[in-house]
Amino acid sequence: MAIADLANPTRFLKFANRTIPWLGGLTVLVFAYGIDQAMLAPDDYQQGATVKIMFLHVPSAWLGMLGWGVMSVAALGTLVWRHPLADVAAKAAAPIGAAFTLLCLVTGSLWGRPEWGTYWVWDARLTSELVLLLLYLGVIALWRTVEEPSRAARAAAILTLVGAIDLPIIKFSVDWWNTLHQGASVFRVGGSTIDTSILVPLFIMAAAFTLLFFTLHLAAMRNEILRRRVRTLRLMQASAVS
Amino acid sequence: MNAVNHMGFIVASYAAAVAVVGVLIAWVSLDYRTQRLRLADLEMRGVTRRSAPARSEPALDKAKEKA
Repeated sequence: MAIADLANPTRFLKFANRTIPWLGGLTVLVFAYGIDQAMLAPDDYQQGATVKIMFLHVPSAWLGMLGWGVMSVAALGTLVWRHPLADVAAKAAAPIGAAFTLLCLVTGSLWGRPEWGTYWVWDARLTSELVLLLLYLGVIALWRTVEEPSRAARAAAILTLVGAIDLPIIKFSVDWWNTLHQGASVFRVGGSTIDTSILVPLFIMAAAFTLLFFTLHLAAMRNEILRRRVRTLRLMQASAVS
Repeated sequence: MNAVNHMGFIVASYAAAVAVVGVLIAWVSLDYRTQRLRLADLEMRGVTRRSAPARSEPALDKAKEKA
């Protein structure tokens, strides 16, 4: 099956039905291995055992941003090509991205209390991450407010592209402002500052979270296609009655 | 750093992750079930898409086989 064929919703449903069980199984396996490696990882010389929170916090932060990235690409598909599957992809990604952003904030807060002595500070990284969560909630509300899916998609696409400005702000906030949050330590010029014994489990957990994101996204897209079919059939039924 | 002192924060973080992922999986699964039930209900009442295969096709095939 060519990738272009997936633009057809019926073919996409067939692809999703075949792929989701395999992707789900692979996600469980990678998570099992990742959690095992995370638990076996040594304590950090500064953070101690709380470094184990990083195996959740860092991947969920990445996935929160990836979710908005997926929505931004889909938003271009909506505005430029007006493809309904782009609308579906954007709408399905929003709650998943919001959940990962929330998890990032919660785990960051639970890490901050023992390490910084506070659950929250209004520094640039934390605030821009909170803004991302609010943007997610705004997009979800917009989808729910506008009845007609194609109109909702265009409005949500514009908000998504405007909100994408927050992604580089999150990434570079630790460089642009003086923040309590640490600077980049994984992807940085000169290499990672994290020891391999912690970096490897972190990447495995990131892979597991990424697989989970795409499994859930595929399943949510399938649900959205079915929801639109139900809507179309109900409209057909209503017009036949009247 | 004392691991025991911070165990509560670590456990709470992993519990939060389980809760968030659990809610996501439950939401996707329940939504799938709901949409399938709604579609099945509409199709039972004879409301189908124009592109969907006609319901009488299997019966027609059986009749052809008998003939």
